[in-house]
Order: sequence, then C-alpha cells, then structure tokens
Amino acid sequence: MALVIRGASLLGETPADLLVEDGTLTRVGEVDASGHEVLDADGLVALPGLVDLHTHLREPGREDAETVLTGSRAAALGGFTAVLAMANTSPVTDTAEAAVRVWELGREAGLVDVQPVGAVTRGLAGEELAELGLMARSRARVRVFSDDGRCVHDARVMRRALEYVKAFGGVVSQHSQDPTLAGPSACCHEGELSGRLGLPGWPGIAEEVVVARDVMLARHTGSRVHVAHVSTAGSVEVLRWAKAQGIAVTAEVTPHHLLLTTDLLAGYDPTYKVNPPLRPAEDVEALRAALLDGTIDAVATDHAPHARHDKEHAFVDAAFGMLGLETALGVVRTALPEMSWTQVARVMSQNPARIAGLETQGRALEVGSPGHVVLVDPDATVAVDRAASASLSQNNPWHGRELASRVVHTVYGGRVTVRDGALADAG
Amino acid sequence: MRHLLSVDDLSVDQVEAIFETAAEMHDVQHRDVKKLPALRGRTVVNMFFEDSTRTRSSFEIAGKWLSADVINISAKGSSASKGESLRDTVLTVCAMGVDGLVVRHPASGSARQVSEWVDAAVVNAGDGTHEHPTQALLDAYTLQRRLGSLEGRHVAIVGDLTHSRVFRSNVLCLTKLGARVTVVAPPTLMPAGVAAWSAAAGFETSYDLDAVLPHADAVMMLRVQRERMSGAFFPSAREYTVGYGLTRDRLRLLRPDVPICHPGPMNRGLEIAADAADAAQSAVLEQVSSGLAVRMSVLYHLLAGEEA
Repeated sequence: MALVIRGASLLGETPADLLVEDGTLTRVGEVDASGHEVLDADGLVALPGLVDLHTHLREPGREDAETVLTGSRAAALGGFTAVLAMANTSPVTDTAEAAVRVWELGREAGLVDVQPVGAVTRGLAGEELAELGLMARSRARVRVFSDDGRCVHDARVMRRALEYVKAFGGVVSQHSQDPTLAGPSACCHEGELSGRLGLPGWPGIAEEVVVARDVMLARHTGSRVHVAHVSTAGSVEVLRWAKAQGIAVTAEVTPHHLLLTTDLLAGYDPTYKVNPPLRPAEDVEALRAALLDGTIDAVATDHAPHARHDKEHAFVDAAFGMLGLETALGVVRTALPEMSWTQVARVMSQNPARIAGLETQGRALEVGSPGHVVLVDPDATVAVDRAASASLSQNNPWHGRELASRVVHTVYGGRVTVRDGALADAG
Repeated sequence: MRHLLSVDDLSVDQVEAIFETAAEMHDVQHRDVKKLPALRGRTVVNMFFEDSTRTRSSFEIAGKWLSADVINISAKGSSASKGESLRDTVLTVCAMGVDGLVVRHPASGSARQVSEWVDAAVVNAGDGTHEHPTQALLDAYTLQRRLGSLEGRHVAIVGDLTHSRVFRSNVLCLTKLGARVTVVAPPTLMPAGVAAWSAAAGFETSYDLDAVLPHADAVMMLRVQRERMSGAFFPSAREYTVGYGLTRDRLRLLRPDVPICHPGPMNRGLEIAADAADAAQSAVLEQVSSGLAVRMSVLYHLLAGEEA
C-alpha cells in the first residue's frame, strides 16, 4: 500500500510530493498519484515525525489518568511518531519484563513508537541500580534511563550508573533537583512570589548544583548525561560551559518553560503546579536563547496527565504536572516565532531521536527514510479546549489560549494516524 | 465583602468599617447578657484542618454571641492522605447548608481555593504560611485603641517571618493603614525575595533588633518554633534569644508606652521574656479580647447583610 503526500513544502521550503511505500519514503519530488492513497498537503509544511524524550503515559498503575493507547493518540494528534515513556509508573519500569510490557502496549496501540525509559535505580529509590543491562538487552532495547520525578541524588550512584550504561551506549536522563535544597513539598519558584504567597520555595540553585555536579561526573566517567527539563538561566550557563569543554551532555526544555512564568501561581491554581516549577521571565528568556543557539538540544513535553481529583487539593498537596503532547508544537511556534522549520525539526525530531538512540526516527525527509511525517499548517491558529483532547486528563494549562500553527496530518510508518486534525481511526 | 481571604481584599474604608462595628461589639463583652440577635438562623462552620485552640474558640464565641448556630469540625491531617480531595471535603460540609465557613488549613492558598468551590462566605482563619487576616485586623484594632491613628507610626515585627502568616497579613494591613513597618529577623528567617517585596510594598527589613527597638511605636513578637533548629534556620534557642528575643535588657530600649503584641501561643523565655509578656505595656490579653470583637464584626459584615 502506497501513500502520496502531495504538495507539502519540506521544512517550509521546496514544495514536493512524497511517495511512501511499505513504510519507507521511496520518492521525493514529483509523483504520479494515480492508484495511490493521496494526502493533500498543499500549503502545509512537512517535518519528520516529532519525537518526545519525556512523556508520562501512566500505564501501568494509573489507567484512570492516561493509558499507553490514549497517550499515543494524544501524541499522534500533536504530530509525534515516537515518545519515550517515563519509568515512574506503578510498578516502576525497572526490569526487562516491565519495559517489554510497555513496549508491547505501544505496539498494540500502533500510533507511535512507544519507547520505554528504564529506571536508573530499583523502585526509583535512588539506592541500588535497576537491571539496566537486562532492560537494554530486552526486545524493548532500552537506552534511556531516568528516575524522573526524583533526582538520582547520591553522587556515587549517579557515577556508577553513568559508567555502567557505557557498555551499551545508554544515557542517563537526570531530573536535577537537590532534595535537600528543594524537598518534596517545594512547589513554587523560590523568589518574591513564593515569599508573598507563603509557598515552599523551589530555588533555581537546587537544579543548578545537580547539573553542575553531573556534567563533572560525565566528564570524569566519559559517559553521556542528559539533563531533563532544564528550567533556569544558571543551568543554561553550566551547560554552555560544559559543551564548550566537549563534555557529552545534552539537555531538553519543556514547552511550558518556554512560555509560562511563575506569576501564574498567584491565584494558587494547581493547573500551573509543575516540577520543576514555572520560573520568572528572565529564566524563560535564557531558555529560549539556549534552545535557539543549540545549548539546549531538544524540546520535550513532560506530558503529565493527572486525574481531576488529584489536582483538587490545596496547592502544596496537589499533583505536579501538566499535559503537553497535543500542544507542544503550537507552544514552540508561539514562544519562538523566529525559529525556522529546520530548527524546529532539529529540536523536536532529529536531536531527540539521536539522544534516545532511535535510529528509525528523526530522519531527514529523503529517499530511504522511514515514512514518519507530520504536516503542519504554518498560518493557522488553534484555540485550545481541554475538553477536546485525546488524553484522559484535563490538567491543561493551555486551555483557552490561542497557539500558533496547527498539526493537520500525521503519518506514522507510511500510515495516516491523524487526518485533518482528527485521529484517522476515530471513525 | 463576599469572603475574607486576604487583607489585600479590603479597602481602607472596609477596614475602618470593620473596626467601627468591632468597637460596638467590644461593649457587648462587658454586658451580663452577651448576646446579639444579628445572625439568628445563620449557620457558621469552623472547619479546622490543623490544631488551634485560641482562634477556634474566638470564632466560636464570636458566632455564638451573634446568635449564629456554630459547629466546629476538626479535620486534621491533609485530605490528600485520606484519599479525599479538599474540594470533596468542603463540598460535603457545605451541602448541609452552611452560610459561613471559617477555614484554618496548613496549606497556603487553601482558603482562596475553597472560596472558589463553595457558595458560603469563607473566612480565612489562617492558611499555611500565607495569611491570617483576622489576626492582622485585631492587631491593628488593638494598636489603634492604644495609639490612635496608625498613620506614620512605626511598628516592628520580629521573629520567624518565613513561616509566619501573621507577619504576611500584618504587613499588608499596617501599611494599608499608613504605618511604617520594619520587619526584623535573622537572614535565614526572612522570606524569599524579601528585598524586592519590601521595596515594592514599602516596608523595611533589618537584622538588628537593638537598632530598631528605640524607634518603635509598637512591637510585635512572633512565635518561633523550636523545630526550626532542625532545618538549620538558627543554631540554638539560646542564640536566637540573644539575637532576636525581647529580653529583659531589650525591654529597656522601648519607651514605656510602646505596646508589646504577640499573637500567641508565647514561648516565654525564647522570643519573649516573662518581664516583657507581663509588662504594663504588654497588649497580649487585649489582643485576645479585641480578637473576639473583630471576629464578631467580620462575621456580621459577611453574614448579616443578606437575607437569611
């Protein structure tokens, strides 16, 4: 079965037809569409399918908040063709069996590559290493390891993990939060607003000291470290220095840290409670600049669905996290309208695929590449409605906002998963 | 006035109206029959998610002297730990038909959140380390009775500012009434971002209590919890007292007419010496009786206006 994507402008430049046969791009240029399924992409921008380094799919354990299937749908609607599913499920993804189960659920859903992230430590407890090698050797081929939600705080454990994953080309994705400087109740950027609101502060320094330590550990071990959801200007400075030294460090930023600021917490609305917390405008500016100049390699959603009742607590008791898959591209376009489509493809597809070691993702739109393509209307805007979402949860900070550009079609392995902004299998 | 969540919600006129009514209520306390019919048929629930004796009894008596039906609900422990959301907890109570909901909760912002979920008038009786507006109102009311207008008067607030809702409400209330406020604490007990906050809000900060006291027209001592030592906020109770306690020696730095306030409960010997607490210029017990009058006034303004 063949698919012709007609008239898309590749990375916003040359218009061309794309022929996808048996899941592979076989022709780029002018294509005779007769007898083939045709996707009209006139006026749309074609990008390689987006790749999310940081998604919480909640299955197993909290299937009331999200499942691999509903999260995959949200991902496809957002233009993604691969997501990395974080390990902080219940049970934790800290064995090969658990990783393979998530991977299989992803295959059954069949809408995106669901690549499990393995825990660094057993039960995310930060003490003993999880079975990193067995997860790597499993059918799920785990390459990214993270205790996300918690920091691998013990320097010795972090050092050993970095050393150990070198054997199979793994990478440790660190949730950088020194728990002695920002404990479990820390929920508001520490600054004037946290002082006024009387909320436990989460100071930027609690992230920065861990980023600084980890780049030194990466240098010492010769291993690769990835910094998850960078949120402060200070962390950016450390990353810039580390990259200049040639240290193997990569970093991601979330869409929300590129656009939302800490002052949204003034009304104590737990929708805006996220970890790391929303920061002041100076940090947002530094993160945008770092993404544009390559100091930060990737945008990753940290899509974190929560059941409504888990957000209807007092602010300090409410769950951390916000949705992000369906809105990621729109937020990036809104926050950084000056970013070229080539750059967008780099930070939302090529770099994340490279960091995660996903060989079939993030490839240039050229003959021989897998048919993972997203088609975007660059001039449209989308009014976000939290009720109109594929996710099972509604903790959507973008509700009621207008975001730039619109994901029109998503093609995953040559198969249309999203057509005209709706799931292709919905009918 | 629909709710009382923060001192910031009140205009100067509203504060003065509360004080005016409070003065009338104050007289009731000295009658043999201490009961007004103002809130007959109205139901006030004191919903306390953390321990409190004085604030709860003050609200309870205030409601009863206004003839409201007052019910106390103790719901200690976070609702999260019981598996029930805070929203469900308060909606359940309010479904019984509640006109006024007096909320004390260990989480900052909880009173505001509750007010968004329920129809009842909500009074913030202390939300975490955020605010305690009736405490600030009763403090200002007490000081006005002693000093007259607070315009241009210099009030020192001393102690654990980081963890104090009393400080946060007081700084709002006193600056609103034109007082000059200096807050005094060791750097570790100053709230985050206080430099920017104080500059914007027009109050002053100091680490040096001895330099501030001689110029004060009133001093408010805040409770210091001994468990703060384990958070490395200060080294020892002894060192705290030497630096920031209102000791017998420091009492001499105050003019004899300067009122000494403390929201209670007092740690005698830690932040306040017995000589200061029991001094002729101490306003501590007056604060308690003023508290009753101010809370009667607040309940009256929130609940008596509408038809029952």
